Amino acid sequence: MTLKADDVRSIAHLARLHIDDDSVDRYVDDLSSILTLVDQMNQIDSSGVKPLANPLDASQRLRADEVTEGDQREKFQAIAPDVADGLYRVPRVIE
Amino acid sequence: MSTNLMNQWESVIGLEIHAQLATASKIFSGASTAYGAEPNTQACAVDLGMPGVLPVLNREAVRMAIRFGVAIDAVIDHQSIFARKNYFYPDLPKGYQISQFEHPIVGKGHIGISPAEGEHREIGITRAHLEEDAGKSTHDQFPEQSGIDLNRAGTPLLEIVSEPDMRSAKEAVAYARKIHSLVRYLEICDGNMQEGSFRCDANVSIRRKDDDRLGTRAELKNINSFRFLERAINYEIERQIDLVEDGGTVVQETRLYDSERDETRSMRSKEEANDYRYFPDPDLLPVAISDEDIAQIRAALPELPEQKKQRYIDDLGLSDYNAEQLTANRDTAVYFEAAYAEGDSAAAAQLANWILGDLAGALNKAGLDIVDSPISSPMLVQLVARIADNTISGKIAKQVFDAMWQGEGGADEIIETRGLRQITDSGAIETLIDEVIAANPDQVEQFRAGKEKVLGFFVGQVMNQSRGKANPGQVNTILRDKLK
Repeated sequence: MTLKADDVRSIAHLARLHIDDDSVDRYVDDLSSILTLVDQMNQIDSSGVKPLANPLDASQRLRADEVTEGDQREKFQAIAPDVADGLYRVPRVIE
Repeated sequence: MSTNLMNQWESVIGLEIHAQLATASKIFSGASTAYGAEPNTQACAVDLGMPGVLPVLNREAVRMAIRFGVAIDAVIDHQSIFARKNYFYPDLPKGYQISQFEHPIVGKGHIGISPAEGEHREIGITRAHLEEDAGKSTHDQFPEQSGIDLNRAGTPLLEIVSEPDMRSAKEAVAYARKIHSLVRYLEICDGNMQEGSFRCDANVSIRRKDDDRLGTRAELKNINSFRFLERAINYEIERQIDLVEDGGTVVQETRLYDSERDETRSMRSKEEANDYRYFPDPDLLPVAISDEDIAQIRAALPELPEQKKQRYIDDLGLSDYNAEQLTANRDTAVYFEAAYAEGDSAAAAQLANWILGDLAGALNKAGLDIVDSPISSPMLVQLVARIADNTISGKIAKQVFDAMWQGEGGADEIIETRGLRQITDSGAIETLIDEVIAANPDQVEQFRAGKEKVLGFFVGQVMNQSRGKANPGQVNTILRDKLK
């Protein structure tokens, strides 16, 4: 499978990554070769193999429903770039 | 728009309901989920997405989700998987929301609704999955910036996705109310729509009546009451029909409902937003759910609204309609059962009528929930008992009810201080009747000439003379006797 330059640009946009125009072609090649590898793996007959959600052969530990974390707002907000009235402030986002 | 035109179209509606689970702590962290705290005082390192933190799943959130699944007769897989849903927004610090994609905790199920008296429809539930809530953004507090409160980030949500099985706004509301009632009965969600604990998004499309393909849908958001849900859907159906009739096409998009203008407005095209690039979250292992876990949860289920309704009909002899109304809201059922437990079993129908009639009316007018009713269940029991033992008539009972509502005390107290005790002494009633007959010879003639309607006039006069206290049954009998 081969990606197009526009695919790479749109993936980069979704991930909010900046890619220089002159490196787009290199990403097209690199990412396409990964997809080729996936295609190759898809050739293998895996019909008898159970799908794996995680490589570890274990299941999720669960915790009791208890409040164990207190208020540490001051500490967290001391390292934030901009706070006011207890809120984190960011450039305006309006939908 | 003409009804004729509307009739050529069918609307197809599916709902996505987000129910905040009533856990004490968050789904992946030990921070509190209590509503209304100072901003960011309940957002810990995990909720903030600090480097190096790991999510640890809350057992109670898993159990609550399964409880819902068991109640809607759903398939529950032995393995459930969490996935990352990737998008950027300031109230989502990690850049992804932990949700579920493949293997949601609750699979296919169904629920019955009655959109109108005597009607029944089965609505399919595609799935229900666990996920974390995002934080809250405010856009009006600062002139150039948005403010972010992450207290809500990480609150457990159960997203309940229906099949596109509903065909009108009314059915959609009936379904939403049913789910609302169920999560309250199961005690897994407080159902508070104002505080956002229970949120509805509606997917709406239209198609010509003879077409069985689905049309392009619009997703309606920002709906915070059942009334607005109905209005938003109806507005959207009309908008889509107008659009298509005028030669346009519906585009897939998210639309915000504006309750002040009663309209929906385009928010953003979903093309890009839809590309969430889900993948299994490597920080979380698959959740194993055993048959024993499910059996244990099933055994501990409370009596559900449908079962309760059937019991009211079978054991208490209530009508289908009254049983439905009493069980639709858990608090109403609790109120009724507390009253019923104290009262006489024969009083069930009477209690139901008072609760669904005068009490519901008064609560509605005052904007109160039944849990805040100034008339408690024992107070209502006493009132109904005084009607049953003939201390007061049904008409006087309404006066007593109003006085109880105003806080004048219990029924017995009000009957005594206001002197409302019914006159059942036939001698006293006869005296009253004799006076009325003597004062109205013309009407007596009319009645004797066969004008039956005049009896009502006499009853009214006697009741008036007794200031409403004479027993109406006795008045009727004695009057007929004397007028013969």
